[in-house]
Amino acid sequence: MDFLGFIIILVKVLVVFAATMLTVLILIYAERRVSAFMQGRLGPNRVGPKGILQPIADGIKFLMKEEFIPAGVDKPIFILAPAILLIPALMTFAVIPFGSSITILGREIALQVADVNVGILYILALTSIGVYGIVLAGWSSNSKYSLLGGLRSSAQLISYELAMGLAVVSIILLSGSLKLNDIIADQQGYFLSWNVFKQPLAFVIFLVAVYAETNRLPFDLSEAEQELVGGYHTEYSSMKFAMFFMAEYANMITAAALTVTLFFGGWDFPLINETMLGNWGTALSVLAFILKMGFFLFLFIWVRWTFPRFRYDQLMKLGWKVMLPTALFNIFVTAGYLTIKSVV
Amino acid sequence: MSLPLLFYIAALIAVGSAVLVVLNKNVVYSALLLVLCFFSLAIIYLLLEAYFLAVLEVFIYAGAIMVLFLFVIMLLNLGREKALEHFKYLQRGLSIFLVVLFFLGVFLLLLNDSSALHQPEGGFSAGGVYSLGEALFTKYLLPFEVASLLLLVALIGTVYLAKRKI
Amino acid sequence: MAIITKSYEPTFWDRLYFPALIKGLMVTLRYFFKRKVTIQYPDEKYVPPDGYRGLHRLNKYPDGRIRCVACEMCSAACPADCIYIVPGPAPWEGGKERYPVKFDIDLLKCIFCGFCEMACPEEAIELTEIYDFSAYSREDLLIDREGLLEVYELTKNQNYYSRTDKSKKPAT
Repeated sequence: MDFLGFIIILVKVLVVFAATMLTVLILIYAERRVSAFMQGRLGPNRVGPKGILQPIADGIKFLMKEEFIPAGVDKPIFILAPAILLIPALMTFAVIPFGSSITILGREIALQVADVNVGILYILALTSIGVYGIVLAGWSSNSKYSLLGGLRSSAQLISYELAMGLAVVSIILLSGSLKLNDIIADQQGYFLSWNVFKQPLAFVIFLVAVYAETNRLPFDLSEAEQELVGGYHTEYSSMKFAMFFMAEYANMITAAALTVTLFFGGWDFPLINETMLGNWGTALSVLAFILKMGFFLFLFIWVRWTFPRFRYDQLMKLGWKVMLPTALFNIFVTAGYLTIKSVV
Repeated sequence: MSLPLLFYIAALIAVGSAVLVVLNKNVVYSALLLVLCFFSLAIIYLLLEAYFLAVLEVFIYAGAIMVLFLFVIMLLNLGREKALEHFKYLQRGLSIFLVVLFFLGVFLLLLNDSSALHQPEGGFSAGGVYSLGEALFTKYLLPFEVASLLLLVALIGTVYLAKRKI
Repeated sequence: MAIITKSYEPTFWDRLYFPALIKGLMVTLRYFFKRKVTIQYPDEKYVPPDGYRGLHRLNKYPDGRIRCVACEMCSAACPADCIYIVPGPAPWEGGKERYPVKFDIDLLKCIFCGFCEMACPEEAIELTEIYDFSAYSREDLLIDREGLLEVYELTKNQNYYSRTDKSKKPAT
């Protein structure tokens, strides 16, 4: 690898990291504002114009708070757990292409940090690592609420990972590749070629599973305030609590980006061939990606303030008795279709 | 240039964490160290350009199986090792015997034919999705199906154990 | 006779849940765009309707004499016993002969029931619409005769919360 290539990768990593963090900030603001709006309130509007500096004020508040480690906790794991949760959440975005390629000084640069040829599996693997953060946080806190939250959450994540993975499998079958770029290329062109229209069932399963995977309502059993105080992060304070917070939002961003990539053509702007337009096309593709992602992030918040929480047995029933068989059925149908198509 | 160095680091972490898994008294720490071991194994797979296997190592072993292990450990809330008090000497003797046997085997192999442990000549492609899939569904179809049957049996057994009244 | 009502049997369409979910989402989306009900309190103030029972005032005649004749009907009617009156001879010629030398209301005791206002034969004591009178000490919430007269000046012509001169606050 030459020096310039190294610099380019470094810049891409920094840009993606900064963009993710910025989106986290925007999400914290948006969550509070949108939830207020949906309840007929105004939400935070004091810090800065329209309250846009609120997340920064929140961040400062978190930094200034006392760093408290309760007695009886398992200290190394207690400290490690938020990091284990946050790092995979931030790492997943590395393989998601957020635009077509850009040409600077005759060099074509793909807008993606790492083009891994097992991209989807990479994301699934990392999200499964995130479970450790939750389980360990729950266990090391030495508190019954934390432990219950951690156990609930890990069981939930494992259950829904299956349904999510199987929904993704049908997409892999269609595009014939684990590479996210290939999956996007497969959906190029006319917007009816997006995977939502080809695989509506997989999309629904994936979307529901993603809400369970990110521990968002209606599946936020692990932190159900009314039952578990705060769930796995009950005993955490200050910046460590903020890390759990950031991890949740980072996971939401990744989930939204993945939904867009797998089902909505990624950075594909409908009815326009971006690669023909040069760098303007690239800008358009990035814009399309951001808009689509923004919609799904909004949907996350929207759903949170619309639906009540599931009961735990209902959650497990939905995961194992409805989603899993439906996903398997979908794979069966897709594989059958592909086989018939290849024979005829 | 840097690849052998990476290999040695990963191998060192793998061996070290594996040893610590055995020596550690705290079960949760043992489980975590095992996860670390899996990660370093995944790095070694990556160095062999077997990306698929590396990701699967993380996904299945670290991501799914060890989480279940942790889950069970926490549910049972095992503190110190107490369950296997009687079998302690048997276990130690047996494990030392097996380790000695293993190293003896490796040693004999090295003495007789030192080329057996070398990398195969030519391109190494066992880590790809296509080659792996093809091998699984043609050459190793029978073991594959047998394994799936085994899993099914285990599944039914679990359901039977957990639910007495069917 | 027992009436057996069959509970609603969900159809396949209901069991899909998604139509209902989308309906629910539409409800929240409608609220998202609706007018917000928040009153941003220190900046905007809630204007209470007529008949609101807030801070008391002592009314005056147009020539400046106090209407109150210190008959102590209000303090007798008061269920919370928060009105203290010391009557005395009126300093002015003509008109009523009695007037309150002291007229203190303990706002911490007052329950704002409005009985004083009803008991008053002279329509001298009234409850105004002022609701945001808070203070840092108990002493500050003892309002005396002068304070009550000042409240009258503030509220005699217009609603306290829709007045143009915002600088004046009731002396409590």
